[in-house]
Amino acid sequence: MHFGIQNIIFIVVLIAAFALFGRSFSKIWRNIKLGKDKNRSDRKSERWALMTRVAFGQSKMVKRRAVAGFFHVVIYAGFLLINIEVAEILIDGIFGTHRIFAEPLGGLYDVAINFFEILAVLVIIACLVFLYRRNVSVVPRFKDLTGWAKKDGNNILIIELVLMTALLLLGAVEANLPDAKAGPWLISGMLAPMFSGFSVESLHTMERIFWWAHIVGILAFLNYLPYSKHFHIILAFPNVWYSKLEPKGQFTNMESVKKEVELMMDPNADPFAAPPEGTEVATPERFGAKDVMDLNWVQLMNSYACTECGRCTDSCPANQTGKKLSPRKIMMDTRDRLEEVGKNIDANKGEFKEDGKTLIDDFITREELWACTTCNACTEACPVNIDPLSIIMDMRRYLVMEESAANQALNGMMSNIENNGAPWAYPAADRGNWINEA
Amino acid sequence: MAELMASGAKPDVLFWVGCAGSFDDRAKKITKAFVKILNKAGVNFAVLGAEESCTGDPAKRAGNEFLFMMQAMANIQVLDAYEVTQIVTTCPHCFNTLANEYPELGGKYKVMHHTTFINNLLKDGKISISGGPYKGKRITYHDPCYLGRANGIYEAPRELIQKLDAELVEMRRCKSNGLCCGAGGAQMFKEPEPGKKDINVERTEEAIETKPDVIAAGCPFCNTMMTDGVKNSEREGSLPVLDLAELIAEAQDL
Ligand code: HEM
Ligand code: SF4
Ligand code: SF4
Repeated sequence: MHFGIQNIIFIVVLIAAFALFGRSFSKIWRNIKLGKDKNRSDRKSERWALMTRVAFGQSKMVKRRAVAGFFHVVIYAGFLLINIEVAEILIDGIFGTHRIFAEPLGGLYDVAINFFEILAVLVIIACLVFLYRRNVSVVPRFKDLTGWAKKDGNNILIIELVLMTALLLLGAVEANLPDAKAGPWLISGMLAPMFSGFSVESLHTMERIFWWAHIVGILAFLNYLPYSKHFHIILAFPNVWYSKLEPKGQFTNMESVKKEVELMMDPNADPFAAPPEGTEVATPERFGAKDVMDLNWVQLMNSYACTECGRCTDSCPANQTGKKLSPRKIMMDTRDRLEEVGKNIDANKGEFKEDGKTLIDDFITREELWACTTCNACTEACPVNIDPLSIIMDMRRYLVMEESAANQALNGMMSNIENNGAPWAYPAADRGNWINEA
Repeated sequence: MAELMASGAKPDVLFWVGCAGSFDDRAKKITKAFVKILNKAGVNFAVLGAEESCTGDPAKRAGNEFLFMMQAMANIQVLDAYEVTQIVTTCPHCFNTLANEYPELGGKYKVMHHTTFINNLLKDGKISISGGPYKGKRITYHDPCYLGRANGIYEAPRELIQKLDAELVEMRRCKSNGLCCGAGGAQMFKEPEPGKKDINVERTEEAIETKPDVIAAGCPFCNTMMTDGVKNSEREGSLPVLDLAELIAEAQDL
């Protein structure tokens, strides 16, 4: 092979594909940055260890659901390793070489390709299993996926199937070529007879077709990611790295509230005192979250990292007893609203224009928010350490502190605490009565 | 506590009773059982009595950070005034709030759940159990969310059941996979949202599947929820829901 028009086309396609992906990626990054600051860069060595275990090591994938976990590990390993072959394809495409690693690696090359081909077959099997579980004998947690979410789930698996098939057929065609650089290999060698009747010339054409199908397929897939739950293959890693390390039961203490309460309780403070000269009088921050901009950037990243697997919802006590709440829906709604806000910003020259909608009410209803028992089953179940509970809590904070919109029973509980230091209407003075009861 | 301090004595540990343990008739029995154990073990402890106030947990989980913060700061003032260093509590919600959420606000204490505390008493030989009424009985243990998933304490309560020479039978969903009783997140104080079923009923059915003689709990709220669940089931009247402190106190014949 020599450098020629094909390579120029390849280089153009490659640059265009990466440029397009870069554009989508930076938009998503911009959207994530619409969230508030949150420092999650402490305890770095723990974070690296966690990412190695949970993301690279897939520990939560295999923990409870052996079938899905196993087949996912197959696809995951296939992706990581077959990418080595993609590196070769890229080099070949750019420089007009053909299977550039074959000669320097010698026998090792055949071993590697044989291994990749076995992996490719396993990936094909895994995809078929997943398609079966999504469409034929539907696993409960996939049942309530409709519309784009359902289509997306299938698209990913079908694209993966096509890519792996193209890779194997490429080898099968090459096995028939008299001038093949290496091979024949294990699986494609078995498929080779399919192409045995063709002339060398049409074999060469077919080789090109499968080669292009594979690489263009991969580049197209890359550009599909930002519109899909499949974006998790990138975001799963940072998402785990930046996840919460504190005990699950520890909820954030709101700094702004703390300051106000301290001021209230400090007998020496003068609430009417003017701020010291030179300090800016900031507009008071909204308490809790009404819309996506009120959430922090980790919560927004969570929404893009969600694989829509439904493990959270499947373990949610509220959902499993028929309540409207679904932690997966909380994440999908957050992402949908964030995408909408992002498009709004794009359409309005970089400024968000009020659209009369908010995450609360227009996407997530109050009924959903109030059904949560804060049990942490969702955060425990999530294979990529997403925290739907923190979003639920921030929205409850908005409802209670900005709108005083808790229901009557909860308001009663809170006024009891305020008046007599207990959630029930018992006088505080009776707190020690049990001591003298028999 | 006030009386103790006035006499110049200083307790080693403060027993934080909690609102349920102070006011709820069922939970008061747990409080008394735990006090019996503390006395038997000769622990030098005190309670705050009327000076204790809600930790703020239900307010915080309902979304009212203001009320939580006021409760927390007032409680920290009281605890610091008495120079408290160690706290033990029978309520996982109090435990979680005191142990995890107070330190940032200046309230730094060594906080323990009573199941851990009793376990330590047994290990140190301060109390001992031999045989007892639960020998050979099937006991299933319900993990309170705020003890288990929230704080990773799964083993201390289970060890106590084993010390009773009872047979620990696990539910389908247990430990980190345990199903909530339905009370957390301030649900205890309101009606559930519309749905097919109440969470406590679902959980109690799961417990009954293990054919237990006793359901053990480690939280006064879980206890209420499971007790209500049993009332709605075919095991009404024949399946006690008991706190681990009660089980131990009974086994000790206190
Ligand atoms: C980096 C390479 C990765 C690839 C190529 C990959 C590939 C895939 C594919 C093809 C699916 C669709 C399966 C289905 O339809 O059920 C999927 C789903 C999923 N992936 Fe990944 N993934 C990768 C990384 C990860 C990581 C690091 C995690 C987290 C530890 C993860 C967690 C999940 C989950 C939870 C699902 C949902 C499907 C299920 O529940 O089984 N993935 N992934
Ligand atoms: S914390 Fe809330 S949303 Fe998450 S599983 Fe529990 S009840 Fe469901
Ligand atoms: S939040 Fe986690 S567990 Fe829930 S659907 Fe998304 S990835 Fe799955």
